[in-house]
Amino acid sequence: MSFDLIISALPYTKPFLFVDEILQLDGQGCTGTYRFLEDSHFYKGHFKDYPVTPGVILTECMAQIGVVCLGIFLLNDLDEEKKITTEDVQIALSSTQIDFFVPIYPGEQVKVVSKKEYFRFNKLKCAVEMFNNKNELVCRGTISGMMKA
Amino acid sequence: MTDKTILEKIKAIVTPYVQRKEGLEDFSDSTDFISDLKINSANLVDVILDVEDEFNIEIDNTSMEGMLTAGDAKRIILTKLEN
Repeated sequence: MSFDLIISALPYTKPFLFVDEILQLDGQGCTGTYRFLEDSHFYKGHFKDYPVTPGVILTECMAQIGVVCLGIFLLNDLDEEKKITTEDVQIALSSTQIDFFVPIYPGEQVKVVSKKEYFRFNKLKCAVEMFNNKNELVCRGTISGMMKA
Repeated sequence: MTDKTILEKIKAIVTPYVQRKEGLEDFSDSTDFISDLKINSANLVDVILDVEDEFNIEIDNTSMEGMLTAGDAKRIILTKLEN
């Protein structure tokens, strides 16, 4: 399954799609990038006169690249006959534990790197890290979700 | 390993994932993981993985689907330990 097909099978769209490009993806993990748009609506309120990307949005970006893109790849691997599309994908976030280190400002690009811990009984658990353009660690943690197709 | 020991081990494994703590007071074969203990489906997977580690067995999809109560889990564990 090509990287573009995986992105097109994601069940998100603007303004809540936080994946630009997948750089690397195999059964063990996914690496991808996203640039936070300066005109994103959340900067108007987070914070007053001082726009910083909210931690929940960084978490969402980590989940979309690190867990959901990987999950679609893994689901497709289970059943190669069936090319998975958005309509097939059923997902739910089940837990997150993230530590944050440096802020991400409007317009910055981030890279997300995930490593699969396990994918069993429809639960995908991953160790996920995010880096900024200077390759500094932005945040790190574990994210799990339930995925079916 | 006796039935009672297995049940005690199952209770210890599920405890961190239980949302309805009263459900643990009369923990028995008939305790239902979802309705009595309010464990969510994602944490049920953690319970299965912890059971595998504790008893050194492997649980397949079919066994997982039949594991609704502590008694079901105990029977599946006993069967796997015999093989």
